[in-house]
Amino acid sequence: MGKSQLTAEPGSHQILITREFKAPRHLLFRAWTDPQLLKQWLGPRRLKMIIDKYDVRHGGSYRYVHREADGTEYGFHGVFHGNPSPDGIVQTFEFDGAPGQVSLDTLRMEEHDGTTIVRINSVHQTVEARDAALASGMADGLEEGFQRLEELIAAMAPVGAAGA
Amino acid sequence: MKQNQLDAVFRALSDPIRRGILARLTQGEAKVVDLTAPFGVSQPAISRHLKVLERAGLVRRTRRRTARLSHLQANPLREATQRLASYRDYWDESFDRLDSLIADLQKGTS
Repeated sequence: MGKSQLTAEPGSHQILITREFKAPRHLLFRAWTDPQLLKQWLGPRRLKMIIDKYDVRHGGSYRYVHREADGTEYGFHGVFHGNPSPDGIVQTFEFDGAPGQVSLDTLRMEEHDGTTIVRINSVHQTVEARDAALASGMADGLEEGFQRLEELIAAMAPVGAAGA
Repeated sequence: MKQNQLDAVFRALSDPIRRGILARLTQGEAKVVDLTAPFGVSQPAISRHLKVLERAGLVRRTRRRTARLSHLQANPLREATQRLASYRDYWDESFDRLDSLIADLQKGTS
């Protein structure tokens, strides 16, 4: 449980996310692959999730949309590679708004004593695309930057109101 | 915040000395000489770092008599952090929702 861990090494094409769940992995696998369940949790609460298709098999494709209250939509699509199982889900991921910018996402689930660690490894075509996915233009020092930024922000909390 | 300003902010933050300068400026305005001492680099080097921070909008510089003072401007940093946080927030919020869903599934209510 607790917070997820996000690692994005400077100059790397990867984003690694790790999160622990108090549940057996067959249950997590269901929540991840059954569209009726997936739409109940993927994405921020404020967005409505609409799944066009979710064909969980080797070569099967998926597309879903996150919709804002004002009707703005963010669509994502891709293809599953290899038969998805609790051992692994491999899929491409592409934002409708940036065709050709594809990441290859591998999800693994490890279960120990009823607790499952989920690891997502998202590999981008370029470091720049990776950084853009993180919504940042930071070329290096990203991981340390995260921590330092949090410290800085905490330190400057009283300054902010009067700042700029 | 425009993309090129965001780029400038992240470039500025990519250097440990510049992050150190910002941390020092959270305590108040400072002269170049005050900023030079803690980092073990030359005064011109600090001035170059300050220029990068100034271009990114993170530092504002004023003059008092002959001294040039540097002041922190926090807002671009705040905005940049919000952008940075977005990818992480997407997953954190999703995972929190997944925790609830899984709890329901285990109780057999979903």
